[in-house]
Amino acid sequence: MTRSDARRAPWIATRDDHGAPNLARLADIAQTFVAHAPVCDAWTLRLVAETTDHLEVRQGVVEPSLIGCSLGAMVTVVEGAGSGYAATSDLSRAGLCAAAERARDWARVQARLGLFDARLQPPGATVADYRTPVEESWESRPLADKLALLQAANQALDIDERIQDWSAWLTHRRVEQLLIGSAGARVTQVLDYVHPGVQVVANAGSQTQRRHGGGADGGLQGGLENLVRLGFLEDATRLAEEAIALLDAPECPSDVRDLILMPNQMALQIHESIGHPLELDRILGDERNYAGTSFVTPEMFGHYRYGSELLNVTHDPTLPGELISVAADDEGTPAAREVLIRAGILERPLGGALSQARSGLPGTATSRASGWDRPPIDRMGNLNLEPGQGSLADLVGQVERGILMDTNRSWSIDDSRNKFQFGCELGRLIEDGQLKGLVRNPGYRGLSAEFWRSLAGVGGPETLGVGGVLNCGKGEPNQAVYVGHAAPPCLFRRVAVFGGGE
Amino acid sequence: MTPEAFFTLAERLSAGLTGDEVLFCNLGGEVSDFVRLNHNRMRQAGNVRAAGLTLTLIDGARQAEAAFDLSGDPETDLALGRTLIGRLRERLAVLPDDPYLQYATEPSTGMAHQEPRALPPAEEAVATLIEAAEGLDLVGIWASGLIRTGLASSLGHRHWHERASFNLDWSLYLSGDKALKSSYSGFDWNPDVVHERLRTMRAGLEILRRPARRLDPGRYRAYLAPPAVEELMGMLAWGGFDLRDHRTQQTPLLKLVRGECAFDPRITLREDHARGLMPGFTPEGFILPPSVTLIDAGAFGDCLVDARSGREYGEPVNAASGSPESLSLEPGDLPESEVLARLDTGLWIGHLWYCNWSDPNEARVTGMTRFGTFWVEDGEIQCPIDVMRFDDSLYALLGTRLEALTRERELRLSPETYEGRSSASVLLPGVLVSGIALTL
Repeated sequence: MTRSDARRAPWIATRDDHGAPNLARLADIAQTFVAHAPVCDAWTLRLVAETTDHLEVRQGVVEPSLIGCSLGAMVTVVEGAGSGYAATSDLSRAGLCAAAERARDWARVQARLGLFDARLQPPGATVADYRTPVEESWESRPLADKLALLQAANQALDIDERIQDWSAWLTHRRVEQLLIGSAGARVTQVLDYVHPGVQVVANAGSQTQRRHGGGADGGLQGGLENLVRLGFLEDATRLAEEAIALLDAPECPSDVRDLILMPNQMALQIHESIGHPLELDRILGDERNYAGTSFVTPEMFGHYRYGSELLNVTHDPTLPGELISVAADDEGTPAAREVLIRAGILERPLGGALSQARSGLPGTATSRASGWDRPPIDRMGNLNLEPGQGSLADLVGQVERGILMDTNRSWSIDDSRNKFQFGCELGRLIEDGQLKGLVRNPGYRGLSAEFWRSLAGVGGPETLGVGGVLNCGKGEPNQAVYVGHAAPPCLFRRVAVFGGGE
Repeated sequence: MTPEAFFTLAERLSAGLTGDEVLFCNLGGEVSDFVRLNHNRMRQAGNVRAAGLTLTLIDGARQAEAAFDLSGDPETDLALGRTLIGRLRERLAVLPDDPYLQYATEPSTGMAHQEPRALPPAEEAVATLIEAAEGLDLVGIWASGLIRTGLASSLGHRHWHERASFNLDWSLYLSGDKALKSSYSGFDWNPDVVHERLRTMRAGLEILRRPARRLDPGRYRAYLAPPAVEELMGMLAWGGFDLRDHRTQQTPLLKLVRGECAFDPRITLREDHARGLMPGFTPEGFILPPSVTLIDAGAFGDCLVDARSGREYGEPVNAASGSPESLSLEPGDLPESEVLARLDTGLWIGHLWYCNWSDPNEARVTGMTRFGTFWVEDGEIQCPIDVMRFDDSLYALLGTRLEALTRERELRLSPETYEGRSSASVLLPGVLVSGIALTL
């Protein structure tokens, strides 16, 4: 691309739709930028408007609510072999031009000292538009109704004097984003989220047990219809009863047993021991000073046996409703479903267009930023374990002596994403194909490279749980993003399990 | 944004208040350069200019908050601030009284400007580093620039805290996961420090080249260097000292508080607000005491009390939040130069990584060894080890199996940048233990 091409940027249409109040403003800002676009080989502008509203009731008392409004721009400039970025909340013409200047300054430095030629980055020309389908908008219910709902959840949690703390919350988040580029890209995305959740704490003597749920351990795109989808009110009393029951439950045995993980724990297991090891930027070494490297190496793709034949893993940002359902990633690569692991064999890593160009490996549309003030890096999007066959009872029926674990409470894994240890809030013994009593403080540990090969049962489509994590952290500077995960309950053979105590 | 511009904005927003309304304005912002490095070359470089304002509108016993990004244009920011105050006013009409609302009713002022310091241009510092690390596989992050915090209220509070600093956090890789880590952060840049640290690390890489030892699970004598101790302190910071966590029996130090367990009498932990890297005021206008003793000679001392918990539980405010941000652990009497000899045979653990609670009721922590961890025999470093998982109680590591704390301490500025560049820091000695339980 020549410099004159870069100045002939696409015209930005303006519009103001219901449910996306800031899009017209973003388009106006983009138009200003385009009219004064930097003289360079290529540029992109990513504008992000984020509005949030957080409501919480704890022990029947309304906590201070918080309305958030964030708006800013990320400018990237490519000049010669270098690229640089600048982020600013000053969206005036002068502010945008100053940001472009700073980005160009860094591009010139990187042209001398850079790790690779910035022209490796494919110039995006995607034109796309995506909006979260919302059945019941956040604004459709008045504040008083939402607070009444939270109070009802509080009452459902406060069932016993051993309950020491309890709370319920509702958070709305709307991200409106416009990405334009000198090569013609124009991607408009409006992502809506309503996150409900409840948490309850029980105590007796020196034993404290917590349960959380009602949407707290994941989430979905969408509006207030998520309250029903995620079991917000229905979960509350059950969780409180379980927290109390766990106080007197025996410790989870320390042993080698079969293990069934429920979908919300499977989300963590997939995230930490499949998702992170498959990230191309880790494999390329970018993350070694912070998030770490990977036991997966480039030559493994195409033949490495990651798991048993029951293991099928996809990256699918096209599924409606999951946390990272989008039209394109933050570099403008169109979203597409890709198979990463097929019948246990590793096929494809997770990584955006730039990492693909650097590594010569295939990848996924998954270069994302946490906000306007951070540059995109390789992330998981919707990383899912495909369902198999049968019910949860069918899985339990295959176990002579085992443990079922539900709801993550502790996660730890080495910097190569191999030696892991996870803890769950609730465990249940399995004996002779039957679910038995509760056990408390359940945990398990293993090696990613071996664990997935012990996968012996995968629940059917009717058992699929859709959720994810809301705080996936990596990158320098640091970034925390949402990641979607869907999985059925799964059975693993001969896993080291343990309980609490000294 | 200058303090004058911030105070003027707060005054103009306060001028629109009605009746008995009270407004608190809290500003946070930074102007930062960030440069990622990989294979001793620049991977990604840029600049971030960010400033955000949080408004707390109070009317009687009701309160609500709003936050927005400041553009820097006074009229634009004033207009958005007024719009949000209008929305908060509508919200207050629906909200019930808040029994735990608490703010400083007496106005106070404070201006903490740093003395002018010599921060280099980021590109100059990075070029120096790349040149000095020629031939090495260096990966890391440079972050530098201004961090600003401000408080102004309609009652007359006026506070400003500003620091210009740099934080260079890097590691040198040999192969796979075999690496050494270092950092250099502060307010006055001296390139000689980078050269010296790289010289030392080059020597360390020679030891790292030796074949790694694979350990079996079991209990091993170990020395935990200050960066490893920092990870353990990070776990204590997670619920260990928050007043609310204590009153709701959620603290991982429940057995300590109940007198069923204790730390070694040489363990004294303080939150040193007086270190001055963090603002000396809370968002509600309270002035922080110089220091809070959290663990006093092995026994539990005081909790950290923020304004809301202070009102709920009737305790005086002594912190902006329930998590320490300027922690210090008292030193011991073991000279750093004698650590290897005292360790004799065991593990020299440079860093721990990815810690989490294994059983919070027992203050039991799991995590991994990482950078620069070696096997030591007869007081001599022998070879690196393959990474190992530990799972052990802090009541053991800082209690029954504590042998010594080093006489020297290390001040470590946090490289964390999730919510903007952090101003948190720790001041820690190394810890010698008679055993740490390795499990995998």
